[in-house]
Amino acid sequence: MLILECPYCGVKAEETELAAGGEAHLKRFGPGSNDDEFHDYLFMRENPKGVHFERWRHANGCGKWFHAARCTMTLEVFGTYSAQTTEPPQEIKDKISAKRPGWTWREFTDGQK
Amino acid sequence: MSNPVTATNGARFSGIATVEDAGLQGMITLRGDLSSKTLAAAVKAATGAGMPARGKIEVAEGGAAAWMSPDELLLLVPYGEAVAKTAELAEALKGEHALAANVSDARSFFRVSGEGAREVLAKISPVDLSPAAFQAGDFRRSRTAQVAAALWLQEDGAFYVVCFRSVGAYMFDLLKTSAHPQSAVGVY
Repeated sequence: MLILECPYCGVKAEETELAAGGEAHLKRFGPGSNDDEFHDYLFMRENPKGVHFERWRHANGCGKWFHAARCTMTLEVFGTYSAQTTEPPQEIKDKISAKRPGWTWREFTDGQK
Repeated sequence: MSNPVTATNGARFSGIATVEDAGLQGMITLRGDLSSKTLAAAVKAATGAGMPARGKIEVAEGGAAAWMSPDELLLLVPYGEAVAKTAELAEALKGEHALAANVSDARSFFRVSGEGAREVLAKISPVDLSPAAFQAGDFRRSRTAQVAAALWLQEDGAFYVVCFRSVGAYMFDLLKTSAHPQSAVGVY
């Protein structure tokens, strides 16, 4: 059972109270982009074994979207943070670096490398 | 005017806890900037209650204000005054980025009291309802079995549950099943 803390309510919500919203930090390519970029934006998703960033919605609760950083292999949750951001906050990155040195996910990597 | 009734029309059940239709309750959904002083004053004027902290409910005489989300409150007022209070709120919040809507008839309201009240609700929702974690004044939006609900604990030890009116009958049956006299688990 996955338990995430909603950054808005401060509630430790378990999976059944939440709705999964897919991968986080997608860069949108719309009008003006080329076909390859649009294709990648639509279809290409990460499927990592390890560190992953996702969007979640506290559906049976405050109804707000938020981000979560977790490990797909161990279900360990590194932290949750606001949806109003285009990249994980430094604090979350540091937490992941402490536990998974050398981690990498899309353009984000362990800064200490 | 038609005679207003609740979805379960005064239903009542006694088992390990007493489950009852809590009757008609005026409810106003208020969305806006909760840090705004104008909004806090309007809430105070409408309910007599102060601005609730995150995850809390402020109960006053004849009204209450509950924290629903970072930009939403649920105001409880007497049923007969809901329409007038909503208009007053709208008037008081002119110029603010806020919205008040009377949702009294869109909701069902239940009271769960007695020894087994914590257990009755703990069986159907993923909320830590242990006496240490959930105390009087705590307010939580969650789910009960398959439907969304909001619940809080009043000073007198009774829980109140709010859900959509469309699932009011489901909620009563659910609480009733959960309060079956032979279903005590005895964890709390």
